[in-house]
Amino acid sequence: MKRRDYLKNMGLSSLGLAVFNPDEKAIENLESAKVPVKRPNGRTQEEAEMEARLQAEVFLNKHELDTITILSDIIIPADGKSGSASQSGVTAFIEFIVKDKPEFKTPMRGGLRWLDSESNKRFGKKFIEITAAQRINIVDDIAYPGTAPKHLSQGVSFFTLMRNLTATGFFSSKMGIADLEYKGNTPNQWNGVPDDVLKQYGLSYDA
Amino acid sequence: MINSSIYIQSQQEVFDVVIVGSGAGGGMAAHTLTKAGAKVCVLEAGQPFDPADPKDMTQLKWPYESLRRGASSSLRNFGDFDAAYGGWDIEGEPYTRKDGTKFDWFRSRMVGGRTNHWGRISLRFGPDDFKRKSIDGLGDDWPIGYDDVKPYYDKVDKMIGVFGTNEGLRNNPDGFFLPPPKPRLHELMIKKANKALGIPTYPSRMSMLTKPINNERGQCFYCGQCNRGCSAYADFSSSSVLIKPAAATGNLTMLPFAMAREVLTDPATGLATGVSYIHTGTMQEYTVKGKIVVLAASAGETARLLLNSKSSRFPNGLANSSGVVGKYLNDSTGASRSAIIPSLFNRKRYNEDGVGGMHIYTPWWLDNAKLDFPRGYHIEYGGGMGMPNYGFGWGIEGLNGRENFTRDGLKKAAGGYGATLKEDYRRFYGSYVSFAGRGEPVVREDNYCEIDPNVVDKYGIPVLRFNYKWSDYEVKQAKHMQETFEEIIHAMGGEPMGKKPGADSNYGLADPGRIIHEVGTARMGDNKNTSVLNSNCQAHDVKNLFVADAAPFVSQGDKNATWTILALSLRTSEYIIDQRKKGNL
Repeated sequence: MKRRDYLKNMGLSSLGLAVFNPDEKAIENLESAKVPVKRPNGRTQEEAEMEARLQAEVFLNKHELDTITILSDIIIPADGKSGSASQSGVTAFIEFIVKDKPEFKTPMRGGLRWLDSESNKRFGKKFIEITAAQRINIVDDIAYPGTAPKHLSQGVSFFTLMRNLTATGFFSSKMGIADLEYKGNTPNQWNGVPDDVLKQYGLSYDA
Repeated sequence: MINSSIYIQSQQEVFDVVIVGSGAGGGMAAHTLTKAGAKVCVLEAGQPFDPADPKDMTQLKWPYESLRRGASSSLRNFGDFDAAYGGWDIEGEPYTRKDGTKFDWFRSRMVGGRTNHWGRISLRFGPDDFKRKSIDGLGDDWPIGYDDVKPYYDKVDKMIGVFGTNEGLRNNPDGFFLPPPKPRLHELMIKKANKALGIPTYPSRMSMLTKPINNERGQCFYCGQCNRGCSAYADFSSSSVLIKPAAATGNLTMLPFAMAREVLTDPATGLATGVSYIHTGTMQEYTVKGKIVVLAASAGETARLLLNSKSSRFPNGLANSSGVVGKYLNDSTGASRSAIIPSLFNRKRYNEDGVGGMHIYTPWWLDNAKLDFPRGYHIEYGGGMGMPNYGFGWGIEGLNGRENFTRDGLKKAAGGYGATLKEDYRRFYGSYVSFAGRGEPVVREDNYCEIDPNVVDKYGIPVLRFNYKWSDYEVKQAKHMQETFEEIIHAMGGEPMGKKPGADSNYGLADPGRIIHEVGTARMGDNKNTSVLNSNCQAHDVKNLFVADAAPFVSQGDKNATWTILALSLRTSEYIIDQRKKGNL
C-alpha cells in the first residue's frame, strides 16, 4: 500500500490530522519552518537533520585524513582478492564515524599526533613523510598488544582503535562484503545447509 | 517550539472505544473491535510507520547505505536499519530511578510500537506459568489458567501465523504451527552438543509466514531482517498485521503524534469519559471522548497514565484504590555469552540468512525443585554468516593470537596488520555463536514504578521513577545460565569469548529493563485490594476502563510476553463486545 493510501485509510489526510485537528495548517507551517532538510528514504526526519548536521561538521583535517589513509592501507592492503582499505572508502568512513561517535574524537586526534611525535623522534619527520620501511619500523612496535614495548602502550591503544575502525569500515563496504563472499541480503528460499557442507561436518537433518 | 496558548480542544465525536497505544495489545484491540463494527480511536505517541513504504523501508539495504555502516545512533539504538524509532533515552522524555537502583526503559515512538523490531519469538505461557505460587509458594497465581487463555492463543496462531512444531511438552503447549525453517549449520552443531548433554533443542516458534496465510500478507523470503520490518508483511508487527486491516474497516481513526496525558472521568459516575493528549508537533492539548477506554500504552506508560489521572474521586490515580498500580513491575532476566568454533574456520560460503533470528531454541527443561533457584529460563541461539556490519572484526587482537587458532602451523602474535591480518578476518567470518538465556524472575511488590514528584517531560506530563532490584533468585539463575552456556560451548569444541562473568557482575545478569519484557504494573486478580484489574482486564474501580498490554500480567513466565499480550487483548476485546451486547457497558 502506498503511504498516502495508508494514511487515508487511517482516517487522515496526507498532511496530518485534518480530520481531527483544526490547526492543521499550524503544524504544517511549524514543520516547514523547522525542517529545511529533505527526508531521504529509510531515515526519519530527525535522523535526516542529525546526519545533515554531522556531515556539515569538519573535524579531522587534511593532514590527519592523509595519515589515516596511509595507516589503514598498512592494516588492510590490497591483495589478489580485493583492494585496500582506502580503496574501499575507509578514510571517509572514519572521517564520519569519529564525529558520529564523539568518544573517538580525542583518541583519534591524539593518537595521530602521538604517531607523528614518535615518527619525529625516530626519523625527524612526520609519519606521512617517512619511507614505507620506516613506517613499518614504528607499526611493528605498536601492532602487537601482547609483545609491544611497555613505553609505547599509548601507541598500541591507538593502533588497536585504527585496526578496529579499518576492519569494520573495509568489511562493511561493497568491496569488503564481496571479499568475504557474503551471499545473503537477497530474496531466496532457505532449504537448509547444502549437502556437501553437511557431509563435511558429519551432520544430517535425520539425526 | 512550545506554544504558549495551550488549550483544551473539545471534540464532537464520541467514540465507542478510545485505545491508547498501537503496539501488540492496542493493535489487537483495535482490530477486534473495529471488525465488530465499533467506532474506535487509537492514540499513538509516535509517527506513522509502514515497512512497505520506501520512506520507512530499510529492508535489503546494505551497510554502506548507512553513513555509520549500520551502527546504532541516539535515534536508533539497535542499529541504523532497525525498525524502532525511539530507544532507551528519548530527548525530552526522561524517566528517573530511585535510591541508586537500575531500570532501563525502551520505548518505540511509532505506529505498531515495539512490535516493529521485536524478535518475533512467539511462545505461549504454559499451565504452570499461571500458577507458580501453587507450585513454589512464591509470588502469586493468576486468577485465570491456561485453559482460559488457550482458545485465544489458538485464534492468535491462526490469525497472525507462527511457525514451530507440536512436541507435546506440558508447559510449552502445542499450537497451530506453520512449517519451521531447517536449522543452520551452527544450529545443527548446537543441537548435536545439546543432545549429548541432555539439553533439549526444538525448532523455534516465531511469527514469520513460512507459508502464506491470506491475500493481504506475503510469504517470508528469508532475508533475516525481521527487525527492520517486512515489506511483504510476512512477519508479525501490529502496524502491518492489525492496524492496517483495522483501518480498512473504515471504523478506525488512527491518531499518530498523540501523547496521552490522562484518562478523563465523570466526577459524578466515576466512569471514564475519554483521554486528553498533547499533539507532539504543535504541543496543543486535545481531548478525545469515548464510551470505553482501553489502555495499551505498555506496562510502564499505562501505569504512568493511571497514576497521572488523579481527581478528587481518585486521589491516588485512576483504578488505584488498591494502591497496586505500578507495583509488581518485572522484566525477564537475561544473560548471554558468545564463543568461536574453530571447526567453522574458513567455512564454505552460502546464503544462510534464514528468518530473522534463530531456527532452534531450548525451552526450560529442568526441575527447579532440584535447583537453588525457583524459576526457569529458555535459551536463544545466534550465529552464522550474517551480513557484515558496523562492529565487524572488532577486537580481533583477542582472538588471532590464541594457541589453537594458528594458521598453517604458524603461531602468530595477537593483533598485527597486513596480508595475514586480512586473511584472519576471512577465516573467522561465520565462526561465532551466541547464547542468551531469558528467564522468569520472582515478582516482588517492592519492584515498582511511580510518579516522580519533581520531574515532567517536555509535554508537561509527570514522568515515571523506577525502583527495581534483582534478588538472589535471579542471580543464581544467571549463574546457572553461564554454566550451561560453557557446557554447550565446550561440547561443540568451541572457545568462549571474553572472561566468564562471575559473582562480581551478577554472572552477567542484565540490568532490569534491558530485556524489554516489562510486565505487571496493573496486575489482574480476584481480590480488589491486591489487584488493579479483574480477570477480564477490566478495572475493579472503573467498569468502562480496560488494560490490554502487559500491565495485567501477574508473572512473567520463562517465555516472551507478546503472544500472551495478543491473546489477552483478544480475550478482553471479545469480553467488551459481549458486555456491550448485554448492555452492561
